[in-house]
Amino acid sequence: MSDATAPSPTAPTSSLLKQDDRTRRRNRAETRFRAYGMAAVIVGILALVLLLTSILSNGLSSFRQTFITFPVTLAEERLDPQGNRNPEEMARVTTFGYAPLLGQSFVEHVQSMGIETDLGPREMAAMISDEAPGQLRAMVLANPDIVGETITLELLAGGRIDGFFKGRVTMASAERDNNVSPEQLLLAEALREQGVMDTRFNWDFITAPDASGQRPEAAGLGVAILGSFYMMIVVLVLALPIGVAASIYLEEFAPKNRFTDLIEVNISNLAAVPSIVFGILGLAIFINFAGLPQSAPIVGGLVLTLMTLPTIIIATRASLRAVPPSIRSAALGLGASKMQSVFHHVLPLAAPGILTGTIIGLAQALGETAPLLLIGMVAFVREYPSAPPDGFFDPASALPVQVYNWTQRSDPAFVERASGAIIVLLVFLIFMNAVAILLRRRFERRW
Amino acid sequence: MSLAKLTVSALAIAAVSATAAVAQSRDNVQIAGSSTVLPYAAIVAEAFGENFEFPTPVVESGGSSTGLRRFCEGVGENTIDIANASRSIRENEIATCAENGVTDIIEVRIGYDGIVFASDIDGNSFEFTPEHWYLALAAELPVDGALVANPNTNWSEVGDLPDQAIAAYIPGTRHGTREVFEENVILQGCEDSGAMEAIMEINGGDEDAAEETCMAIRTDGVSTDIDGDYTETLARISANPEGIGVFGLAFYENNTDRLQVATMSGVEPTVETISTGEYPVSRPLFFYIKAAHIGVIPGLKEFASFFVSDDIAGPFGPLAAYGLVSDPELAETQAKIENEETM
Repeated sequence: MSDATAPSPTAPTSSLLKQDDRTRRRNRAETRFRAYGMAAVIVGILALVLLLTSILSNGLSSFRQTFITFPVTLAEERLDPQGNRNPEEMARVTTFGYAPLLGQSFVEHVQSMGIETDLGPREMAAMISDEAPGQLRAMVLANPDIVGETITLELLAGGRIDGFFKGRVTMASAERDNNVSPEQLLLAEALREQGVMDTRFNWDFITAPDASGQRPEAAGLGVAILGSFYMMIVVLVLALPIGVAASIYLEEFAPKNRFTDLIEVNISNLAAVPSIVFGILGLAIFINFAGLPQSAPIVGGLVLTLMTLPTIIIATRASLRAVPPSIRSAALGLGASKMQSVFHHVLPLAAPGILTGTIIGLAQALGETAPLLLIGMVAFVREYPSAPPDGFFDPASALPVQVYNWTQRSDPAFVERASGAIIVLLVFLIFMNAVAILLRRRFERRW
Repeated sequence: MSLAKLTVSALAIAAVSATAAVAQSRDNVQIAGSSTVLPYAAIVAEAFGENFEFPTPVVESGGSSTGLRRFCEGVGENTIDIANASRSIRENEIATCAENGVTDIIEVRIGYDGIVFASDIDGNSFEFTPEHWYLALAAELPVDGALVANPNTNWSEVGDLPDQAIAAYIPGTRHGTREVFEENVILQGCEDSGAMEAIMEINGGDEDAAEETCMAIRTDGVSTDIDGDYTETLARISANPEGIGVFGLAFYENNTDRLQVATMSGVEPTVETISTGEYPVSRPLFFYIKAAHIGVIPGLKEFASFFVSDDIAGPFGPLAAYGLVSDPELAETQAKIENEETM
């Protein structure tokens, strides 16, 4: 070694000013490696950009919706034939009785504005969403006294008309489409100029429940967001204490023997089990054996708890292990009991890591669909679950499930809706992960 | 501090488990089954929720067989009330039901579903016969007294059709549609083309075996099984404009700006030709009601009656507008539900 480094007195083999071959090779290797690394990062960023552009370009329009505003005459002979404003009698008039009323008022309004069109009354009425009669009926039954009056209503336009203003439906595609005609689009254009039709931000996409395949314009995420939220509460309330208790026991109190080794291996294994397996388990235990209701957030939450537990246990154990033994020794040396040293000193120091692990586990659970398939949560649910705790047992849907459902619908308008739902899901995930990073930055202690 | 937190959490667990123990009585109708019937059931559920005091029923998908299996799991609030099916219930399923105490089942036929063959709107138009499909998709064809692997790769080779490579996207075996496709198209084509007789000569007159040979679909990549939904078939056709896909009439009706439909034996599939039976590839759609749940689950009978009412399932109702071919014998079905006639 020493003669290699000793410079030869006659001719120096290397100079600090001039690179020799070996140095150049090493430098080149480093440059190449940097290029590979850059390429890997660029590929990753490109994939992300591609995903985001495709989702955003498809989905951003779902937050806007086209509305039609026109006066509706609530004819008494149609809605309340007896004329005594008794909601029970009026309830006999179904939405099929309200639909012609809306159509007629719309046709009259278009005529009164002096817009020329070749369309028959039926085709003109078809431009209003199928959701409208139901909304009007609920409004009339809630306040029977408005029967006989003329009120101005803002109603959803049909999915194809809405698609026209968003660029999804064109004159050329309408030509071939059985569900919309170019004349309807021309009328829509004229109505927009007159201010009768308007495309604007639509909160209902976030708050309204799902709608059937016939009315994509009315479909919203309300039930799904609520269902996901309830499930996350169940997961948090169950998985955090169980996971933390298990980790503390295993890390601080349990003897190190074959049995605890076995448990450790099993926990790591459980973290890698495909999530559908937990769904099968949930169906067998929680629904068939324990008799919990189907499609309920409580069952979804329990299944996701099982799925999240290993993640939380592994994260918690890692952060407990990261607390230096000197802290424990110091506490014990000052006369603290084992439990006092853990709960007064070790746990508070490990808390940021535990919380980060929990939030990441929750984020993972939020995006999970497969286990929910088997417990009946992949369903068409229109009723909001009631407030907790009863709401945990009411049928509900979940955000990723809603995406899955919408991609299967035949109306092309649901593609936009599904992408919109993905955007909402991504916003939640980004928020949760940002909180996790913030907590780590803010409270993490390094030794 | 931390101890207090833990205690609170433990209490929360206790509270949740305590509420879990309380028996919950279900007030909404639960439905599961065929993904073909799902959109119709969803439309009816939505209208039912709007027009009645009862909560909107929950409709799950999963396929006819899954739906009927869950239907037959037993009687009680933890089991579903209605199973949707794109085929009628099988004998063995009725037996399983009976074993688990589900004895009174009401069968309701809601209408008919047409199965159509559609391709990209800008491509060639096709006029198919079942024979074309048999010759294009059979795994083996009888040639000169022996079965050989299907050599056809172009539609022009199987009949008077445009010069276009055969690329078929047919429903996977887990779909009820596949069964109808095999029986009404492939088997029919096998008989029409005389291949059935030729196969029976080869195998010594075994008719069942010959039928199976007829309905065996080639697996050399010319035909692709689609296990997902019609949206996947549509995506495949968008990617490969030469492809021809099998769709439900309702799906086609919603995508007429992207798909053109082929005729079958000279008949174009429309609501009229399917209801008269002129268009050969269609099937009835059903749902099954657990009679024991009527009167226990609020709104169950009302929902079933509403489903088959003229306003909903009639020729001018929303189901027909969505693509369901309404049943000419709807009045009988309505009476059946009214009298709770079981199978």
